[in-house]
Amino acid sequence: MLWPRLARALLARPLTDPAPGAPGATVAALAERLATSARARLGRSLAIREVDSGSCNGCELEVNALQNVAYDLERFGLRFVASPRHADVLLVTGPACRNMREAMERALACTPEPRWVVAAGDCAVDGGVFKGSYAVEGGVGAVLPVDLLIPGCPPSPAQLLEGLLALLETEAQTENRAGRIAPAGP
Amino acid sequence: MTATALIRAGLPQGARPHERHLLTAEEWSRLPAALAAAPDLALLALWAEPGMVHAAFLDGAAVLLASAPAEGGRYAALSPARPGAIRFERMIRDLWGLGAEGAVDLRPWLDHGRWPMAGPLSANPLPTPGAEPPQPEFLPVEGEGVHQIPVGPIHAGVIEPGHFRFHVQGEVVVRLEARLGYTHKGTLSLMLGKSPRAAAAFPARLSGDSTVAHAWAFAAAAEAALGVEVPLRAVALRAAMAELERIHNHLNDWGFVCNDAAFAFPHARCGFLREGVLRACQAAFGHRLMMDRVLPGGVAPDIAPGGAEAILAALADVDTELPALVRIYESHASLQDRVVGTGFLDPAHAHAFAAGGYVGRGSGRGFDARIALGYAPYGLDPPLLALEQGGDVDARVRVRIAELRSSVALVRRLLATLPEGETLVPLPAAAGEGTALVEGFRGDCLAWLRLDGGGLIRGAFLRDPSWLHWPLLEAAVEGNIVADFPLINKSFNGSYSGVDL
Repeated sequence: MLWPRLARALLARPLTDPAPGAPGATVAALAERLATSARARLGRSLAIREVDSGSCNGCELEVNALQNVAYDLERFGLRFVASPRHADVLLVTGPACRNMREAMERALACTPEPRWVVAAGDCAVDGGVFKGSYAVEGGVGAVLPVDLLIPGCPPSPAQLLEGLLALLETEAQTENRAGRIAPAGP
Repeated sequence: MTATALIRAGLPQGARPHERHLLTAEEWSRLPAALAAAPDLALLALWAEPGMVHAAFLDGAAVLLASAPAEGGRYAALSPARPGAIRFERMIRDLWGLGAEGAVDLRPWLDHGRWPMAGPLSANPLPTPGAEPPQPEFLPVEGEGVHQIPVGPIHAGVIEPGHFRFHVQGEVVVRLEARLGYTHKGTLSLMLGKSPRAAAAFPARLSGDSTVAHAWAFAAAAEAALGVEVPLRAVALRAAMAELERIHNHLNDWGFVCNDAAFAFPHARCGFLREGVLRACQAAFGHRLMMDRVLPGGVAPDIAPGGAEAILAALADVDTELPALVRIYESHASLQDRVVGTGFLDPAHAHAFAAGGYVGRGSGRGFDARIALGYAPYGLDPPLLALEQGGDVDARVRVRIAELRSSVALVRRLLATLPEGETLVPLPAAAGEGTALVEGFRGDCLAWLRLDGGGLIRGAFLRDPSWLHWPLLEAAVEGNIVADFPLINKSFNGSYSGVDL
């Protein structure tokens, strides 16, 4: 029976881990890149579109784990959306495969501004072990303007969460900064 | 002459433990007819080297390898006799530039026209500067009111990229065709010229969810090639890791199947139990997915102090909750209505494609490499064969539930009887050729490699079981409604990266 279990779950201690803090250095670095206009428009909430540009699926497993009850990503105002048209953040995993280049560019073009590109995983940072292959452009930065790098092979859910929280924190702290998102690569 | 006799008549090439026979091009050209007369000789894989084509068959409990020169860049296609050969032949054309004569399908597969050269693994790749990528061709469907739904390569969920082209009539799928290759990373080319140790990072990243299984298959192939015996402790640890990988993936996919049927509770619980298993793996092996732990020559690092206890505690949680979860899965009509009878895979198709894992075993094909080949340590203590005849989403889920139970029991036994001693031995730098078949959570993972006198890789192939599952997904979806596709797809859970290479 499901109902008694649900009732017990309501009365029991939550299974969710306590929230980690956002690393200060990352927040400071990100603050350089963000504008107050973004904060006004987005508040403390980010919609994330995950894009696999050629990963081995290891990063996807850990990104999916972010949504389990232990990490419960949505309590931070972070949620995954089904289309880049609904997204503030493109979370890109994997090396930039040549066969994915056009899809990556079109996903970015579909994402409304203000927007951020997060490259997650060692492959997304610089191509990882696939660097130099005829089939790979390099890291995600070879195709898209990257705002934040989260290394790891794959990055653990805790590492992913720290990176995403840094983005959220920075967005909340940034004040009196004009301009738009820097289109710089890594 | 039977197909087996035809292959065995070829010149032995000294491959271990499964011999490879070199046929002449003329002998190879007689293979398709011989294979048509021997439906039980399963084709496991087809791949190439510059100017040479290789095939792996399953002959009872042994792997049988056959090769032939591709004279003038041509070889006789096996696809008229083995439908599973179709995508391998398309891949061989794209990577090695060799053409299959008489092939069923000659369209490109991995090569989307976006690499700087054609035939990147051939002896002389042809540069293709500035060529416009061709539009993909899909098989046509005729009929009144038929329309197309293109999906991907970027999907709505957090999954790998691939394109699905649905031809639908009303709500019913008339034909599904997958177009993959988006995650092609040139993995095989990166392995060439490296030592097995240096190249082990690539099988570990062929498909992240099967990192242990592919790393084990690759390591076992390298050890066979070099005649290296692995310490008993490493063998037991490899099996423990492989079973933990099976447990975390089965939990994950079972939860996702329920979630795709809009039933969230098992998804939440399975996700939590899986998280417990992954954290125990982190504590025991220093990596949640146990990536880069299985190396040619053994396992490194050794299991951490307290690691076995962490694993046993996580498995106790799984074991305790499993019966209740199964009852909930079975007793909710809204869930059963979605999974029973949905995505039926005909046992004849599963047999023709030699489907492994829960896809084959859910449709009555009783093959499990752990049992059939009995490789160490499973030979002494084989798991029970999980077999279902239903062929639907439910049957594939039930195979996984049965395997969850047997894998939990296996890990407990392995950890209780863990031999003492070292876990890693050095590999000599010598020539050799080896093959291995290891049962991953999806099915049998095949690895083949050939080393030169300096101990460096001169030829390699890694075959994920999804090669034989993806075409069957297309068959299983036919006649179902579009809304059931995510459910059916998750019950197969094919690897994209694993087949995109």
